[in-house]
Amino acid sequence: MAGCITTSNLSAFFGDVRAIEGVNIEIPANKITALIGPSGCGKSTFLRCLNRMHELVPGARSTGEVVWDGKDIYAPDMDATEVRRGIGMVFQKPNPFPLMSIADNVSAGLRLAGMTRNKAFISETVERSLKMAALWDEVKNKLDKPGGSLSGGQQQRLCIARALAVEPDIILMDEPCSALDPASTQKIEDTMEQLKQKYTIVIVTHNMQQAGRVSDFTGFMLTQETGEPGRLVEYGPTSKIFTMPDRKETENYITGRFG
Amino acid sequence: MSLFSSLRAKITALAKPVRGRIGDSLFTALAFLAAITIVVMMALMVYELYLVARPAISEFGAGFLTSEEWDPVNDVYGAKPFIFGTIVSSLLALLMAVPLSLGIAIFLSQFAPRWLRSQLGFVVELLAAIPSVVYGLWGIFVLAPFLGDTIEPWFVDYLGWIPLFAGPVYGVGLFTAGVILAIMILPTISAISRESMQNVPSDQKEAAQALGATPWETVRMSVLPLARPGIIGAIILGLGRALGETMAVTMVIGNSPKIPESIFAPAYTIASVIASEFAEVTAGLHQAALVELALILLVITLLLNLLARLLVQKTGRRASKTRSKRA
Amino acid sequence: MISTLHRQRRNFISNAAYLFCALSAVIALIPLILILAYVILQGASALSIEFLTQLPKPVGETGGGMGNAIVGSLMLIGIASVLGLPIGVLAGTFLAEYRSPRLSWTVRLLADILSGVPSIIVGVFVYTLLVLTIGHFSALAGGVALAILMLPTVARTTEEMLRMVPDSLREASLALGISRWRTIVSIVIKTAGGGIMTGIMLALARIAGETAPLLFTALGSRTWPTGIDKPVASLPVQIYQYAISPYADWHAQAWAGSLVLVLMVLILSVGSKLYFGRKMRSVR
Repeated sequence: MAGCITTSNLSAFFGDVRAIEGVNIEIPANKITALIGPSGCGKSTFLRCLNRMHELVPGARSTGEVVWDGKDIYAPDMDATEVRRGIGMVFQKPNPFPLMSIADNVSAGLRLAGMTRNKAFISETVERSLKMAALWDEVKNKLDKPGGSLSGGQQQRLCIARALAVEPDIILMDEPCSALDPASTQKIEDTMEQLKQKYTIVIVTHNMQQAGRVSDFTGFMLTQETGEPGRLVEYGPTSKIFTMPDRKETENYITGRFG
Repeated sequence: MSLFSSLRAKITALAKPVRGRIGDSLFTALAFLAAITIVVMMALMVYELYLVARPAISEFGAGFLTSEEWDPVNDVYGAKPFIFGTIVSSLLALLMAVPLSLGIAIFLSQFAPRWLRSQLGFVVELLAAIPSVVYGLWGIFVLAPFLGDTIEPWFVDYLGWIPLFAGPVYGVGLFTAGVILAIMILPTISAISRESMQNVPSDQKEAAQALGATPWETVRMSVLPLARPGIIGAIILGLGRALGETMAVTMVIGNSPKIPESIFAPAYTIASVIASEFAEVTAGLHQAALVELALILLVITLLLNLLARLLVQKTGRRASKTRSKRA
Repeated sequence: MISTLHRQRRNFISNAAYLFCALSAVIALIPLILILAYVILQGASALSIEFLTQLPKPVGETGGGMGNAIVGSLMLIGIASVLGLPIGVLAGTFLAEYRSPRLSWTVRLLADILSGVPSIIVGVFVYTLLVLTIGHFSALAGGVALAILMLPTVARTTEEMLRMVPDSLREASLALGISRWRTIVSIVIKTAGGGIMTGIMLALARIAGETAPLLFTALGSRTWPTGIDKPVASLPVQIYQYAISPYADWHAQAWAGSLVLVLMVLILSVGSKLYFGRKMRSVR
């Protein structure tokens, strides 16, 4: 069920400012692909182009092709909200719906899609998603408590469960652990390892060690000078990028010569 | 930069240590007195009104609230028609104003393009700047005839079998008062609702969008629940304004101290009867009864105001609470 | 998993909601345009120099004007300002500059409550206070009623504007040995001046249009103002009395009066925001 996603000459703009330019990348199915690079290089902007969240910013637009399972998601006949259901996202700051119960949070996407009548199906899906997000054991006895009552790490796993419940092909993660403590980070990294068997995962992270730990493929992005748009400098299997990168800039970044 | 250096020159010129302490005490006392004035004023208001209303309060007791008799000739007074008119006209106004106000608030905070937002918001606020007496003038000569010739007969023709919508139709009446009140409270409700909606953190909206929600579903799922206390506060504040609105209502409600049979019949509100009859009170309890009405209205608006402020504060607090938890 | 039919229905609902919201904005504009149009059209045709400068003619005669009402309104606004501005600004200064948590909370709460009290009740209150006791209606009573109405706005705006002045300015002044009160008056209030003026203009715009509180304080008159202890005509009250009268000539004059009143109010509220907004921006 998992999908692959390929971009051709993807550039993104905020008004007149070009944030990223000419990104060509082939993200394979059922693998974890990490995007690393210094802050401001456009990794998050690129990620948001993959599920058409970028265009929601007033004045923002993108050019180029993003092909998901054979279809360009920016084609005029493609429904953006449908794209976002099939390509899910977990954000940097956990954002569960604070007034909804834990169960309702997970099933939010299902209820949007109109699955309200089949109560059995909903509770099965809630349980399955929470288990996949490694949160079930901690919340199974308090599913009706509000989503805002959990700790930061639990909230993030709740958001992951919420994204999983709608059965996307691809899950995008925008620095999902940067607001969390090491223990929660560990739990989530373990979860990602389980998830890739069913889904494709693309993760943006500024933590190089994390990229090295969890990902199969890594892309390195960079802005050459201030004011320049971000570009994809190098992309390949993680082991190669971290031990024998082709480009000098990649090597400099990996070895910590600049942040 | 030049402002700072001119301030610095001023400061140096002022740095004379001599009469500072007396000046400080005097100024502090003045400021304190000014602040106290507000407190004293409010207390005095309730007290004075109570004093003047007392003869009527002791004469009619609790029956004042339930009696329908308003008879200056025989010096018998009852508040029921006015309480009825006040509440019903305001509820009518809310019925019409709330959906529109929320629609405007949602449009301005969620859907409208940036360049339109401030222009349109400004124009809606313009409605709030027009004086009540001008609304009333327009009401008498434009709105009432229009409603009496077109809208109200339509209702009577199609729904007149329901006593609520029966004729005869005068143009002025409870319904017209409701319409004009709706126009007047629209800016209040929409402005405060809009602020509550804008206070909802944007990552809540993103969460819904990332799940594939349509723009309306995003509003319904992430914005409205969190903005709800503020919206309710806005509605209550609007209600408070409608209850106390005087001139425009006096000019279009028909001024009839009876409980109307249908919403197209003339009626009276507390504020209107005070405005109409106060300057020409007959001897006896007439004035005291009017002041007792004023007291009732004061208490109602006081309580509503308190309730509304508490609710509007709650959205601000909740928004900052969810923000600080992430940090 | 999700049918396209269902997706179409959801999109349809979303578009319908968008349409409703946009329509609400349009519907809200209609009364505004209609009111302004009528005021301008009807008012302009009855407006004349005679209207602006003459006294009202006796009942039944056509012609005359609202000269005394315009002067009366200005007089009442003047009295209200003399009474309300110092108290309002000082109260706002107290709230912003002096630490007294319980009192400040009470004052703020009561100021907010006062701003929600219907203006006619304020009129009744001032009647019991100043008209019953003195024995007759007066411009002073009208001015006091308007002053009470402007207090909350002036006080809260002053407080907000003073709070925006950075503490470093106060500290710099105090460290140079300038007394507290001088600091507040000559430095802090001066700096916040533009914003405070905006608040004052907006408060004036509000009371300029008030009718109800004047009905039984200043009452009204058909002559030029003769003193603050006598009744005085005012534009809003005159408009009201003419509007409910049976004479067509008076109705026309009511429209003209409305035009003058609306212009006054709009110039005060819009003009103040533009002018002082610009001034505030240049200060920063």
